[in-house]
Amino acid sequence: MPVLVNGILIALILVGLLILGASRMIRLVALQGALLSLMPLLITPHGLTWRVAALSLGSMILKGIVFPRLLFRAVKHAQVRRELQPYVGYSSSMVIGMATLAASFWLGGQLPLPGEAVSDLVLPAALFTILSGLFLVVARRKALTQVLGFLVLENGIFTFGVAVVGGIPFLIELGVLMDVFVAVFVMGIALQQINQAFEHIDADQMNSLKG
Amino acid sequence: MPEILLLFLLLAGMFVILSGGAACLLVRTPGAARRLGAASVVAGSLLGILPAIAILLGGGPISAETDWAMPFGRLSIGLDALSAWFLLGILGLSAVSALYSLDYSRREHTHGRTGAREFLFSALVLSMALVVVAQNALLFLLAWEVMALTSFFLVTSESEKESVRRAGWIYLVASQAGAAFVLVLFLLMGRESGSTDFDAWIGLAGRWAHPSALFVLALVGFGAKAGFMPLHVWLPEAHPAAPSHVSALMSGVMIKTGLYGLLRVMLFLGPPDPSWAWALLALGATSGVLGVLFALAQHDLKRLLAYHSIENIGIIALGLGLGLMGIATERPLLAAAGFAGGLLHILNHAIFKGLLFLAAGAAVQSTATRDIDRLGGLLKPMPRTGFSFLVGSIAICGLPPLNGFVSEALIYYGALRGMVDGLPWPVASAVVLASLGIIGGLACACFAKAFGVVFLGSPRSAAAEPPKEAGTWMQAPMFILSGACLAIGLAAPVAVGLVAPVVEQITSTFAQPSSAVSGLEGIARSISVASFILLGLLLLLAGVRFLVLRGRPVRGAVTWDCGYAKPTPRMQYTASSFAQPLTHFFGGFLRTRAHGGRPEGLFPRPTAAFSSHTPDVCTEEAYAPLFQGALALFSRLKGFQHGRLQLYVLYVSVTLLGLLILKLR
Repeated sequence: MPVLVNGILIALILVGLLILGASRMIRLVALQGALLSLMPLLITPHGLTWRVAALSLGSMILKGIVFPRLLFRAVKHAQVRRELQPYVGYSSSMVIGMATLAASFWLGGQLPLPGEAVSDLVLPAALFTILSGLFLVVARRKALTQVLGFLVLENGIFTFGVAVVGGIPFLIELGVLMDVFVAVFVMGIALQQINQAFEHIDADQMNSLKG
Repeated sequence: MPEILLLFLLLAGMFVILSGGAACLLVRTPGAARRLGAASVVAGSLLGILPAIAILLGGGPISAETDWAMPFGRLSIGLDALSAWFLLGILGLSAVSALYSLDYSRREHTHGRTGAREFLFSALVLSMALVVVAQNALLFLLAWEVMALTSFFLVTSESEKESVRRAGWIYLVASQAGAAFVLVLFLLMGRESGSTDFDAWIGLAGRWAHPSALFVLALVGFGAKAGFMPLHVWLPEAHPAAPSHVSALMSGVMIKTGLYGLLRVMLFLGPPDPSWAWALLALGATSGVLGVLFALAQHDLKRLLAYHSIENIGIIALGLGLGLMGIATERPLLAAAGFAGGLLHILNHAIFKGLLFLAAGAAVQSTATRDIDRLGGLLKPMPRTGFSFLVGSIAICGLPPLNGFVSEALIYYGALRGMVDGLPWPVASAVVLASLGIIGGLACACFAKAFGVVFLGSPRSAAAEPPKEAGTWMQAPMFILSGACLAIGLAAPVAVGLVAPVVEQITSTFAQPSSAVSGLEGIARSISVASFILLGLLLLLAGVRFLVLRGRPVRGAVTWDCGYAKPTPRMQYTASSFAQPLTHFFGGFLRTRAHGGRPEGLFPRPTAAFSSHTPDVCTEEAYAPLFQGALALFSRLKGFQHGRLQLYVLYVSVTLLGLLILKLR
């Protein structure tokens, strides 16, 4: 089903660009995660099994429902308004996103793969998602947005894994999900703490802590 | 004796030192900790010194090895003649220093850390012993670092003082910088030979790809520990700061481990290049002459002794350089004389420098000042300490009939031999002779100053309480060391016989005929005879003096009584004024700075004062600017530590992306 796979990958890229240009990102990141959870269903070397289905479902629930819930709650607690003063503006972010996309296509062409990729689009899409996640971490001010950046980054790694290896080994995937879950959890708590200590969650003002 | 027994004695000695030191940590009462620590070091040293002596008397080398958990190496120790020679000095001086500390530490404030200090002292002794018996580079480096760290903590015993903390830091930086060179040296040698065992390295002798580069690394790395002149800056700081028995140990034997490392590496490298001998001669001449010059300009008794250590390291380097020269030009007698003189001076310096530091420590402790210009007349309240200091002074000046004369005479003999035998570069001999001459003369002046100002005359400042003679446990070590000075001086052939196996080990490694050492027996016998005659003359004079004075009253009188209405002790020669003609003459090197103004006018203001100090030229002109520059350079990097999380992530991602692109390009 290469058409469907390509469709998901293109949707992934488009959502990624939207995330770069949006000030309210939680739903978009959730959408990206949900789209990705469909990938294991489509790329299955051994046919559709219970294991793959469970993995897909679990990932869908975590990324599409649990994470957004947690983050919305954190937003509510911390009374954050949306990101108003990013380091890099929304429209420039999108332009940079386009450049990143071009770079990802170039890199994807250069990168040698151990096996046959499912689609030509896989590598560029994965690289783009990883890079845009990093870019979000760098270019946004609020700690919450940075958490979202890390989620996007993880989505990129997930894409890479699923598409290249053709179904990530179960244990590793569980491990990654667990990592991200813990990361979101810990960051949620950290946000809370930062908020209580400084009455805001601007990560850039943490430089008052340096020695 | 069977080898297994020697091995057992060595290991038992090390075990006693370690376990006794560790037990000190558990003992609550300071007195018990002191006694336990000293007893274990003395007992362990006496056990461990037996195999060293047995090997020097002709026993075969011993070795043992076993697997251990550390990567890249086996736990391998061994005792050959070279190791045994250094072990003899290390354990011997450790034992007497430990005895000395029984009384010495009792009067020091240890802030309830007596147990820890005893443990550190034991660990220092053990690590020094381990350095010279290690037969594996990794074990050597471990022992080397433990030695540097334990001595750092001992130097900073009185860390509540700002000056002590500063000295400690200088020492730590210098020893770590030196260790870095040693580490690189061993890494290179290990990579080329594919092993960290010394056995494998000695097999490669003469076949290294770049022996001169390795030699330079060894010279810098081990030279920093030994205190060669441009690398010496930590010595005049650390020795005065440390407790006196630790200074004695550090100056007497710890710096010699640097020479041990250098000698050991030279054995690995194989036949020397003449340029190595020139390097050692140049370093030796610089260290020797400048060391004694700076000593002359000091006011701090222990700092003065520290500079004399640099001077003596210079003398040793001259001897070893001559030996290398003899090997490089295939002159066995020159090689034998040079190495024998240098090696014997290593032991002799350990004895007399240990003695001087112990005696100086006793004087400093009873008067609570190290400033020579505030001391004076100590011979009356402290006759035994004073006598010991005098013996040490005569020995360090290289005067007969004491031990310093024997080793220096051997080096002189080697230099003259080089001229007679037609050395291709007679200027090498000339350099050695001239430097030794200058060093000897200036050393005599310096110790005339040190002994004269501290022990003769009358006290220059009113002490809070009158100085008392040192305790019995402090006197005994000084007498033991004084006796050793005299014994080696009188029994020069025995000393040369003891050092002979070491010289033979070195020369035979370089494939030289090993019978050359026996050529030194004649000169050693003449030295011995001359010493006996001189001692006899001295005793005769003393007897005559006794006879002449018998039955006549002897009374004290004012020394400065010629026309002064009210002489005061302040009119005596001070350390500065005694040395002034010489320091003035060598002012270009010393850069002594004077402070205060001359009295002016007919009624001079009482504020007129004079003081002078001589900072170390290397510290001021080379190292201080270097470290300032490094600080300025590195503080620019501080801009990268701005605390902005986002930019930190940017650094990481840019680096990763850059690496990826670089790889794919």
